[in-house]
Amino acid sequence: MTVPFFELRGVKKHFRSKSTFAQRLLAATGQAPPPPVLRAVDGVDLSVMRGEVLGLVGESGCGKSTLARIATGISAASAGDVVYDGRPVVQLRGKERLDFLLKVQMVFQDPYASLNPRMQVHRIVGEALRVHRLLPKNEIDAAVDKALTEVGLDLAYRNRYPHQFSGGQRQRIGIARALAVNPDFLVCDEPVSALDVSIQAQVINLFMDVRERRGLTYLFVSHDLGIVRHISDRVAIMYLGRIVEIGPASAVFDKPAHPYSAALIAASPSAARRKRDFQPLKGELPSPLAPPTGCPFHPRCEHAMSKCREVRPVLQEIAPGRSAACHLHTSDNA
Amino acid sequence: MTLPLLEVRGLKTVFHDLAGAWPAVDGVDLLVHPGEILGLVGESGSGKSVTGFSLVQLIDPPGEVVSGDVLFKGEDLRSASEERLRSLRGDRIAMIFQDPLMTLNPVLSIGEQMCEAIQEHRNCSRQDALKEASRALSRVGISSPEARLKQFPHEFSGGMRQRVAIATALLNEPDLIIADEPTTALDVTIQSQILFEVQKLSRETGTAVIWITHDLAVVAELADRVAVMYAGRIVETGTVDDVLDRPRHPYTVGLLGSSAASASPGERLKQINGAAPSISARPSGCPFRPRCERALAVCEQIDPSPQILDGHGYRCHNPVPEGSAL
Repeated sequence: MTVPFFELRGVKKHFRSKSTFAQRLLAATGQAPPPPVLRAVDGVDLSVMRGEVLGLVGESGCGKSTLARIATGISAASAGDVVYDGRPVVQLRGKERLDFLLKVQMVFQDPYASLNPRMQVHRIVGEALRVHRLLPKNEIDAAVDKALTEVGLDLAYRNRYPHQFSGGQRQRIGIARALAVNPDFLVCDEPVSALDVSIQAQVINLFMDVRERRGLTYLFVSHDLGIVRHISDRVAIMYLGRIVEIGPASAVFDKPAHPYSAALIAASPSAARRKRDFQPLKGELPSPLAPPTGCPFHPRCEHAMSKCREVRPVLQEIAPGRSAACHLHTSDNA
Repeated sequence: MTLPLLEVRGLKTVFHDLAGAWPAVDGVDLLVHPGEILGLVGESGSGKSVTGFSLVQLIDPPGEVVSGDVLFKGEDLRSASEERLRSLRGDRIAMIFQDPLMTLNPVLSIGEQMCEAIQEHRNCSRQDALKEASRALSRVGISSPEARLKQFPHEFSGGMRQRVAIATALLNEPDLIIADEPTTALDVTIQSQILFEVQKLSRETGTAVIWITHDLAVVAELADRVAVMYAGRIVETGTVDDVLDRPRHPYTVGLLGSSAASASPGERLKQINGAAPSISARPSGCPFRPRCERALAVCEQIDPSPQILDGHGYRCHNPVPEGSAL
């Protein structure tokens, strides 16, 4: 067993709404309930091997974007550790911390919001190189051009501003910016969701080319199961802040073990199916402010047993390399 | 052959600016039969939404419908008075938009708004209207509808709001619903709930639906027929099986190939190179030519004319041979 290249250990992210002095006073004297805690990510263990693509899937509000931001160090976890190359990131200082921040890069969902509208493309892509003095000044231009060429952008556009590009080209600029600092690990948060289908295919192909050329590792966050299935080696499915199933992409998609995974896969449309009789999953995602007791999926689950209402299932191995958090797969009911 | 519910011929909608008039919809022909679900598919800027708005004459300046016929049950909507259109919209023809907050008034309760939609078109007491509204809500799967009627749009989740918008559209049992990307902003499980309701209602009440979307997979599962739009025109139309299984237009083939489901995992997707032309810089001849692998010399000069309207039609000088593998 090789050592994982990147690990999340028991990561939690809790948000508390800011309370006023009066609310705090009432809470302290027991006259009002304490402010509710939103558990966006509630105890996630995840390991990523070098060179693999791990897909992270879930619906809005399941915590997948929060998890991606924690992985890149943009947000700090409330509890748990982010482990990079065998070392917890919180212990890293100075040069080592900077090294982690540069080696782990993020590609954002919205190519309109993630590029500074007042900066020319070559300055956006070269900014990190300049700020961190990674290259001597006279070599930065060449490095920027190399990154732009790699993502398929015409060098004639290097002095343009973001608004002069289409959505797909902007996403290429975002990828070039991430690649400019020679990362090992790209965390991609819904990188093609804002793009048209024909442009999506171009960007997905670009992601796969870059990975092959540079031997990159990806954490690929998306709500689009078709894309995740296409690009991922392994896939993790999230529900209400927790991972409910993880395993090789083909195995999970062909034979999902968790009822939620099964429902999600059944609900995503496919061009191969015609005039389907839709069998919708009942109910909606519960509020993460008041998650159900026991298994968080039990109010929507057709297999729910009395145990599911009381005991929260833990993520455990159900086959080599595959885990699920569901009482249907708890062998001895211990 | 039944009489078509909606017949559109040569519809052209332009947007004016100082430099001229740019056609967002450029000669669209459509046929919708009663009870039929038509998927109108296209990417951003293809003119699919403008087509939807043009059908009910909801184009505001600087946009203008300049030519074409829109016949709804034989009545020409282009020459209809504003009064007549108002009485048709929300009654015989209903629209559902991508963002339900656009349809719902934030300062009126759901019940208030639904009653208005009923009483605008029919003489009925408020009590009866409320009863009908509550029935409509339970039809789209909203529990405790009486209590919900007293609530305001912000008290609903996104999926619930879209269901309220759909329930409102269905109040007067319209003959035609024009739905503009109604599930694009929703999660797949919520989308499948809404597709379920729409399909059920279309089957039960015989309402025809024009479902405008960028998602071919949704169309495959929901629609009877499909029309694929590119640069303001319909480039291919036919039954879902014809268009998705035996596509002839290179753009349709490219769109299908772009979807991740068409390739095995890890394989390169068959992408369409380039991007759709902007409305002010459409190429001469066939607008898809610069991105087309099958383009001939003739494609540069002559815009291919539309083929048959009902049945499998495509606009291409050099269509993909029948039966060739995708």
